Amino acid sequence: MKISYYPGCTLKNNAKNFEDSALCSLKQLDVEVEELHRWNCCGTVFSLATDDLIHHVAPIRNLIRVKESNTDRVMTLCAMCYNTLKRANERVKTDEESLDKINQFMYREDVKYQGDVKVLHLLELLRDEIEFENVAKKVVKPLKDLKVANYYGCMLVRPKEIGFDDVENPTILENLTSVLGATPIDFPYKTECCGAYQTVDNTEIVADRAYHILTSAQDQGAEVVSVSCPLCAFNLDHRQKETLQKYPEFKNIPILYFTQFMAIALGCPEDALRFDLHFVDPKPILKEKGLI
Amino acid sequence: MRINLSRRKIRDPFVAKVQELSGQNLLACYQCGKCSAGCPAVSQMDILPNQIIRYAQLGFKDELLKSKSIWICASCMTCNARCPKGINIAEVIEALRQILLRKREDHLKIEKLSDAERSDVPPIAMVSSMRKFTS
Repeated sequence: MKISYYPGCTLKNNAKNFEDSALCSLKQLDVEVEELHRWNCCGTVFSLATDDLIHHVAPIRNLIRVKESNTDRVMTLCAMCYNTLKRANERVKTDEESLDKINQFMYREDVKYQGDVKVLHLLELLRDEIEFENVAKKVVKPLKDLKVANYYGCMLVRPKEIGFDDVENPTILENLTSVLGATPIDFPYKTECCGAYQTVDNTEIVADRAYHILTSAQDQGAEVVSVSCPLCAFNLDHRQKETLQKYPEFKNIPILYFTQFMAIALGCPEDALRFDLHFVDPKPILKEKGLI
Repeated sequence: MRINLSRRKIRDPFVAKVQELSGQNLLACYQCGKCSAGCPAVSQMDILPNQIIRYAQLGFKDELLKSKSIWICASCMTCNARCPKGINIAEVIEALRQILLRKREDHLKIEKLSDAERSDVPPIAMVSSMRKFTS
């Protein structure tokens, strides 16, 4: 299988651990990944104002790049990129006038966009095309005895129209976790917002959210948390510093991307995991379980 | 708190503007409160999401545009997913932010952030914050 890949800005620096572990895992699964040429920022958030067409230009331009690569499918890893690209695509697919206006901005592009690219998240690809049972067959190091809380955040599941799982109780990450041999832990905060971009100038909100989300997971017995969004990862991992300052009884818990768990189970080398980018070191618990 | 209702406020172009920018029919709301019940940000809000809709119906422009709530909402879309009347509350709140941002009244003051604050956060945080909180 071959798939076109849109990384987005953060996957190339702060979330390099997400990208490297995903690419290594996909290689182990015999998927050929081709990074989109000349991709640009997706805008990170989908414009909610009805008349704000200009902010849909950036995501749609990326979909033109997909067409230029002679394909009509693109995979994302970042939940925010996924949401923005997919929602912008849905907007132009269902509203001809918007599509026409946006195409007018693209007068220097060779391809006239027609709403015919399919935006996919890696999790969808794993579930629907590679299929979890085939992932299971490639597991060389089962994540035995590891208790994982799976945190979805907002952008993979909402709004319902673009989500690929149940809006209130998604289970795709739990299912993947089980396939990798770990024990998924259910907890009530798995789709609760982490505070998102409030992290820039209102760290206290994020520290509060991280405290409630993570202590809830810990109360249910979680040893690590699995995430799928670089902003959630930053807020839940790096903001544990502020969380601890505000709540001295708080106990740190490692935050990993679901692709890092997959990379370990599929036998990727440790340099694909990039644990140097984490605030809370995941190595002690993984060593204790004999996984690294 | 004393609240004055008036025909003048209700007919203020502000109400139509909010409906136009959000694409929502404000009068569809019957105040069940489900949006506020599920909102993860209510503890920091001064006007709750269901109250925002009521205030917008009644043309309470000043109260809404001065509220903390419109900058606390992070568009997590939980309210939208749960509204039994299909109102997109997050879009209404976006419309209120847009009314201020389109007058160059930025919420995020980048120049007041220290170098460390700016460089510690990943690009995804900085770009999204600027997209939501600056003009």
